[in-house]
Amino acid sequence: MNFETTIGLEVHVEMKTKSKAFSPAPVQYGSEQNTNTNVIDWGYPGVLPEVNKGALEYGMRAALALNCEITKDIHFDRKNYFYPDNPKAYQITQAQTPIGTNGWLEIELEDGTKKKIGIEEMHVEEDAGKNTHNPDGYSYVDLNRQGTPLIEIVSKPDIASPDEAYAYLTRLRQIIQFTGVSDVKMEEGSMRADVNISVRPIGSDKFGTKTEMKNLNSFEHVRKGLEYEAKRQQQVLLAGGKVQQETRRFDENTGETVLMRVKEGASDYRYFPEPDLPPIHISDDWIDEVKASIPEMPDKRRSRYVKEWGLSDYDASVLTQTLEMSDFYNETVADGADPKLAANWLMVEVNAYLNANKLELKQTALTPAHLAGMIKLIQDETISSKIAKKVFKEIITNDTDPKAFVEAKGMVQLSDPAKLQPIIDEVLDNNEQSIEDFKNGKDRAVGFLVGQIMQKTRGKANPKVVNKLLMASLKER
Amino acid sequence: MVDYFKNDLESLHQALVNKDLSSEELVKSTFEKIETIDPKIEAFLALNKDQALAKAQELDQKGIPTDNVLAGIPIGIKDNIVTKGLTTTAASKMLANFKPIYNATVMDKLDQVDMINVGKLNMDEFAMGGSTETSAFKLTKNAWDQTKVPGGSSGGSAAAVASGQILAALGSDTGGSIRQPAAYNGIVGLKPTYGRVSRYGLIAFASSLDQIGPLTRTVKDNALVLNAIAGHDKHDFTSSSKEVPNFAAGLDGNIKGLKIALPKEYLGAGVDQEVKDAILKVAKTFESLGATVEEVSLPHSKYGVPVYYIIASSEASSNLQRFDGIRYGFRASDVKNLEDVYVRSRSEGFGDEVKRRIMLGTFSLSAGTYDAFFKKAAQVRTLICQDFANVFSKYDLIMGPTAPTTAFGLGEDIDDPVTMYMNDILTIPVNLAGLPGMSLPAGFAKGLPVGLQLIGPQFAENMLYKAGYAFEQATDFHKAVPTIGGQN
Repeated sequence: MNFETTIGLEVHVEMKTKSKAFSPAPVQYGSEQNTNTNVIDWGYPGVLPEVNKGALEYGMRAALALNCEITKDIHFDRKNYFYPDNPKAYQITQAQTPIGTNGWLEIELEDGTKKKIGIEEMHVEEDAGKNTHNPDGYSYVDLNRQGTPLIEIVSKPDIASPDEAYAYLTRLRQIIQFTGVSDVKMEEGSMRADVNISVRPIGSDKFGTKTEMKNLNSFEHVRKGLEYEAKRQQQVLLAGGKVQQETRRFDENTGETVLMRVKEGASDYRYFPEPDLPPIHISDDWIDEVKASIPEMPDKRRSRYVKEWGLSDYDASVLTQTLEMSDFYNETVADGADPKLAANWLMVEVNAYLNANKLELKQTALTPAHLAGMIKLIQDETISSKIAKKVFKEIITNDTDPKAFVEAKGMVQLSDPAKLQPIIDEVLDNNEQSIEDFKNGKDRAVGFLVGQIMQKTRGKANPKVVNKLLMASLKER
Repeated sequence: MVDYFKNDLESLHQALVNKDLSSEELVKSTFEKIETIDPKIEAFLALNKDQALAKAQELDQKGIPTDNVLAGIPIGIKDNIVTKGLTTTAASKMLANFKPIYNATVMDKLDQVDMINVGKLNMDEFAMGGSTETSAFKLTKNAWDQTKVPGGSSGGSAAAVASGQILAALGSDTGGSIRQPAAYNGIVGLKPTYGRVSRYGLIAFASSLDQIGPLTRTVKDNALVLNAIAGHDKHDFTSSSKEVPNFAAGLDGNIKGLKIALPKEYLGAGVDQEVKDAILKVAKTFESLGATVEEVSLPHSKYGVPVYYIIASSEASSNLQRFDGIRYGFRASDVKNLEDVYVRSRSEGFGDEVKRRIMLGTFSLSAGTYDAFFKKAAQVRTLICQDFANVFSKYDLIMGPTAPTTAFGLGEDIDDPVTMYMNDILTIPVNLAGLPGMSLPAGFAKGLPVGLQLIGPQFAENMLYKAGYAFEQATDFHKAVPTIGGQN
């Protein structure tokens, strides 16, 4: 029997607004426990929520970037449940009127095929705080995260394989990152994925029973968890069994999924319209305003790089993977670097350095101005590519101006024929045999002679000029 | 000692300005009054002596400005309005020792006009009740007959004003909780338009219905206090940004041509004959002042009580979930685990009426019952709003009784929730429609005050005050004073 897989993803993205969704307390990752809180976050008696218009606009921005229809008349709802990290015992969310519906994004698989994945809906809501269970027997509540604005993005059941799920997440992260709405960092929890998966015999008109996995902490775990789960479900069915509706946990160490709890009917969250916040009408003007605020999206940049700057489509796609890299590239070119040279340096030397040292671009000392400065020195032949590698090592580890560095270290190329000619003459005088070889058609001799000249100039001679002068001198001998 | 029965805000203000009386003397005298009268009434839950006296002394130093009629005047606050540093309990064991670290917006506003908070007033627990008997702490008595209830839930506010301990109090009204106790105690109580006064710092019962308002002995005093607390608040997104007029302006007794509607449902079955008679006399008085009174119908008002108990209880079931024993308030002792903290703290911290409404609301919002209960109630609520809109397309005001009966006896109805709920039948529709409603003295039945209720279109508090003032000037009911424990 052959099976097909159906995967659904619910992705939570934390917005990087200055303040919380429904209170003026600051949003900041990594602060001391409970310092970014106020009476509203604590759920004090008598407090009321205050809508952060910025969070709503960020939600709209993400919805528009994901090709969603904007819901014109929205209200908030309460989702009721007791837990210590949820001080009001309800979460303010948008159950009935999600800000965006019916969107899509396009994924690109490793073999280059493209596929549209539908987005069922996306809504704005507030995050909960954080409980930690200490060995001292107490549980501690940190409400710093309480009220942080979130976007929840729910996919349509269009994702048919773990690879597609991986590509969907990669693409979603890229788009959200380019909107500027979130840092979308799995490791800091600003992007979190819950997945569900079911399998069914090909041709069956009913979806299979799905299982869920919550809070997977990397894209790779999503892919591996889904791969394991798809196989497990198929084996259960092939053995004549039934897949149970349950929540499972992905074990990073074994690469397997483990049963957490069986779902017995849906939880009753007693949703109802939030009476403390009046409904909000989103006018066309407001939508246009938000549309205008959306920064250039990755696809647009990618095609601009190809059309205007002559990059290959592959290079353009690599440089637009992250906003950080793409912005860096834009600025380097804006600072006067040749677009192709800049692309090469970023994709080869910079990426190699980042990978080898497990760093992010912003953790290095490199600035677009310095990289452009170095590339300009290559362009005007002040330094050779070989010397440039030494300069690069300096400017990525230290805040050093490349031009000043090159001058101070005497790395400037020797291009003046009047200074080069005597050196060439001397080398030729000392290597009669090589001149002989050259005349007998042995081209290798030229390489040897150039090497000798380079040695004498400690690598500073301009290879182009040396070549020209050397050929002329050889012919005269 | 200052006699609150012989003074109003303006006369006290004059005395303060003329220095016939210092603010400190006024505050001290108020606490003396509370000490003599309140043991018989039991309206206060907490006194704010130190802060009040300090504020009075500060005002005496500064001098009372002639253009601020409220400066230096004592006021009492219902105990579901949070007061920074002063215990705020909502009359619940759940918050018995709760000292807020912030002020409700109305408290900041009162502070801005230099009114002096003298203490916190008893109420039904979390404002759930119509007799103040569900308070976890005290049984407050009616100012006119100490065997009768003061009404509720703002029973402490109404009884304290009616018994002459203070001139003004703040209450809150979710289904009649200002107007009904005002009626039972023969004073003036106004529930403003929903959104007129900020709810920030009001311990929520039902968010879409709650509103803070003043209780006073006269219509003008009421308008003067509303002036201080009304207005938009950035902390309350349901507060209106409509301009706040001077509510005390235009009180000239002239209501010629005013078109008043009298809904027949408001004089229907269940309303005492004596109450009906008093209200029909009011209609005659209005006509004699040049207004017209015509019978109209509010056909859906009969659904008001069930609709209210579903919506208010649903919102309450969610609003009161924050009282979980984790961050503040009561926590049961000897708890074993998290669920134990929740279940035992809530079971032991809440009283019966509160638990009854939490269960009713939880049920109404549950997945299987939401459509038949909460959703249906919300739809009927719209019909009730339309009833009022229809009437207000032809009339300026609606009049009727505030409550079907006068104050009932302590302990009489407490065990019969449905009878208790029906008491609010005339006040509830006003909250459901978000309208302003006022109760004012309209006579007596067997020695107990009868309340006249005036209802206006949204944001027409001015109209209520104008008509109420004209009626008050034409009658002597507001001048009657109770004898408390055989003296006044």
